[in-house]
Amino acid sequence: MAGSSANDAFVAFERVQKSYDGETLVVKDLNLTMPKGEFLTMLGPSGSGKTTCLMMLAGFETATHGEILLDGKPINNIPPHKRGIGMVFQNYALFPHMTVAENLSFPLEVRKVGKSEREEKVKRALDMVQMGKFGGRRPAQLSGGQQQRIALARALVFEPELVLMDEPLGALDKQLRETLQFEITRLAHDLGITTVYVTHDQTEALTMSDRVAVFDDGRIQQLASPDVLYEQPQNSFVAQFIGENNTMEGVVQEIKGDTCIVKLDGGEVIDAKPVNVTKVGERTRVSIRPERVEFNKDRLQPGAHTLKAEVLEFIYMGDIFRTRLRVAGNEDFVVKTRNAPDQVRLKPGQQIEIGWLPEDCRALDA
Amino acid sequence: MSDASLDAPVLSADGKPLKQSLNQALRKQKIRALILIAPLLVFVMVSFVAPIGSMLMRSVQNTAGVDYIPDLMPNVVASIKDWDPRSGETPPEEVYRGMAIDLAAAFENRSHTQLGRRFNYESPGFSSLFRSAGRPVSRWDLENDGPFKEKFLDLNDDWGNIEYWASIKANSGYYTTSYFLAAFDAERTSEGIRFKDPDQRIYQKLMLRTLGLSLLITFCTLALGYPVAWLLADLPVRTSNLLLILVLLPFWTSLLVRTSAWKILLQDQGVINNFWVWLGFAERLPLINNQTGVIIAMTHILLPFMILPLYSVMKTIPPSYLRAAKSLGASNWTAFWRVYFPQTTAGIGAGALLVFILAVGYFITPELVGGADGTFISNRIYFQFAVSGNWGLAAALGTLMLVVILVLYYIYDKLVGVDNVKLG
Repeated sequence: MAGSSANDAFVAFERVQKSYDGETLVVKDLNLTMPKGEFLTMLGPSGSGKTTCLMMLAGFETATHGEILLDGKPINNIPPHKRGIGMVFQNYALFPHMTVAENLSFPLEVRKVGKSEREEKVKRALDMVQMGKFGGRRPAQLSGGQQQRIALARALVFEPELVLMDEPLGALDKQLRETLQFEITRLAHDLGITTVYVTHDQTEALTMSDRVAVFDDGRIQQLASPDVLYEQPQNSFVAQFIGENNTMEGVVQEIKGDTCIVKLDGGEVIDAKPVNVTKVGERTRVSIRPERVEFNKDRLQPGAHTLKAEVLEFIYMGDIFRTRLRVAGNEDFVVKTRNAPDQVRLKPGQQIEIGWLPEDCRALDA
Repeated sequence: MSDASLDAPVLSADGKPLKQSLNQALRKQKIRALILIAPLLVFVMVSFVAPIGSMLMRSVQNTAGVDYIPDLMPNVVASIKDWDPRSGETPPEEVYRGMAIDLAAAFENRSHTQLGRRFNYESPGFSSLFRSAGRPVSRWDLENDGPFKEKFLDLNDDWGNIEYWASIKANSGYYTTSYFLAAFDAERTSEGIRFKDPDQRIYQKLMLRTLGLSLLITFCTLALGYPVAWLLADLPVRTSNLLLILVLLPFWTSLLVRTSAWKILLQDQGVINNFWVWLGFAERLPLINNQTGVIIAMTHILLPFMILPLYSVMKTIPPSYLRAAKSLGASNWTAFWRVYFPQTTAGIGAGALLVFILAVGYFITPELVGGADGTFISNRIYFQFAVSGNWGLAAALGTLMLVVILVLYYIYDKLVGVDNVKLG
């Protein structure tokens, strides 16, 4: 998916803006292209504009400015029912007065598909989501997970090339959500469907997507594959929003190619990788993942800066240990270590020294 | 669980059957609940169920004033049993003799006019017959002045009319069907029961008109109210609350005031007709004292009863259903008709039932703007009660109305299901 460019874009947003009240922009200058077959997630806090983008793509909202293209054709003036886009809603939106089979048959009926073909397609779609036996039931007789499977089957039964999902798993419990996450990705890849998925759950975004667009304040803050997003966040917001994160504030003291030295507000000095700091003297917020903090001095590079830390709390979580430290005045500095046979278990009150590889500690905007 | 446990009654911890223990535990709650509703229960019984029950009874009770006919005319009732009106002959002497005794006794009590009025409901003429006979009969010597047949015929030839005697015989019990016959536009003759001439069947006509106009008004309120309710349900809460007040404002105004307002608007020299003429039309529209006026005024007055149930049902339908339908390829109309509309049937049912039942019983509006051909059955019931004093017929018409509504309700329940009706 890395080779996507505007030329082979299946879905494209070009300088799209949206305002509801004529005073504030909910979506500010959105540019996005998606190749065919991609699973893209729009991730962001509520009010960040992600759902608005989805609704503009579906045709339920109109863009105030800019162009949305589907397969190279502008769709701004095409009504929703002529766009041929499948959609899955958070509350499932299964029609309560129809049976499951009638729900699935509905998009085929409005497309004037013949009766026998309709029945066959409905059956195939139900089997696809392992709900073959439930055709005669009413939606109210199904559990939340089953309803969402039916909603998924209904969005796929008329074989759309693009499927939109608006927080489809938001109302389900954790275990069911994980099962369905896997099923949705499998289906999307098997059928080669292009999918736009909206969620505020970052784990969901990371596990399901080819690429994730992180939204905040009406803009895409970063658009990248999950691993890049997690390991190389481009700014403080993305670093904070994706995964757990330790932050410290300070001033850039020295920049040397790929590394820089940051003097923290408490006076301590650390190594970091300059990401969006450019000059000495600039204020910065450094970010480091809890699992990249090292307290075994032997594994650090010679000459690397270290920080003194005091263990405040040790939490045994089964697969990992979670240790809370006081570092440079910050009492919420968290370190995660794997529960391996040779792993040290720190005790509260213990004084240790911690460090990290310079590329794991990213100096971002303050 | 083993199968044996299914047969034996389940026991609670102290060995008593569980059902018994449960009943004991719930008894206190039930008694408390009963005490709470007791005042309302008593109120409803005293002020609603009992009067209505007595009213329904009145439709079959055969009374003149407060007394039953057999108590007022014991001798006539006893002797007329053996007479057959179909024989073509006047009743035998003992019936006339009985009549003389009973009439004399009634004249003493000043109740002979009430008797006359009672039988006047059956055939006009009875009233004057009884009234004029009261005084002469009271002067007869009941022991020796016989035979009385000739004496009665001397008073008035109508005492020899077989139809009159047939009426008396037919209404000589404690209970009578004659009010219901009248309510059905039927009458009893010496040959048996038959419908009146078609041009005299006023109650059938009124009943059909009441049901027909009510149905039309229900349909009008639905056609006008549905889009309004949808708009209300679709708007943001702040705006919809404001609009809802506009819907409710007329609702809070007195019915009499609103009907009078329509009278002013609809009359020949009223606002609407003046505007019509100003537009350049020569003819003034007959909008009042006819069915048009009733339909217009009642549609307006009953509109909130349609809008409110519709609104409350539509409020619960998430907008995502319509969106889902459109995303699945349905045009606006298909999405509405196949997805939205079926989900509002519960509200339509509730609104239609409410408006229809209210409309059928409407009185003030048809009375004020209905004129001659816009009156409802309720206006006729009022007339029988207050003007003509025929409470029996009024009660029979009322009972008939109640039965018709219950039958319609039953049919409605079979077709739509009353469980599906949502009133709010």
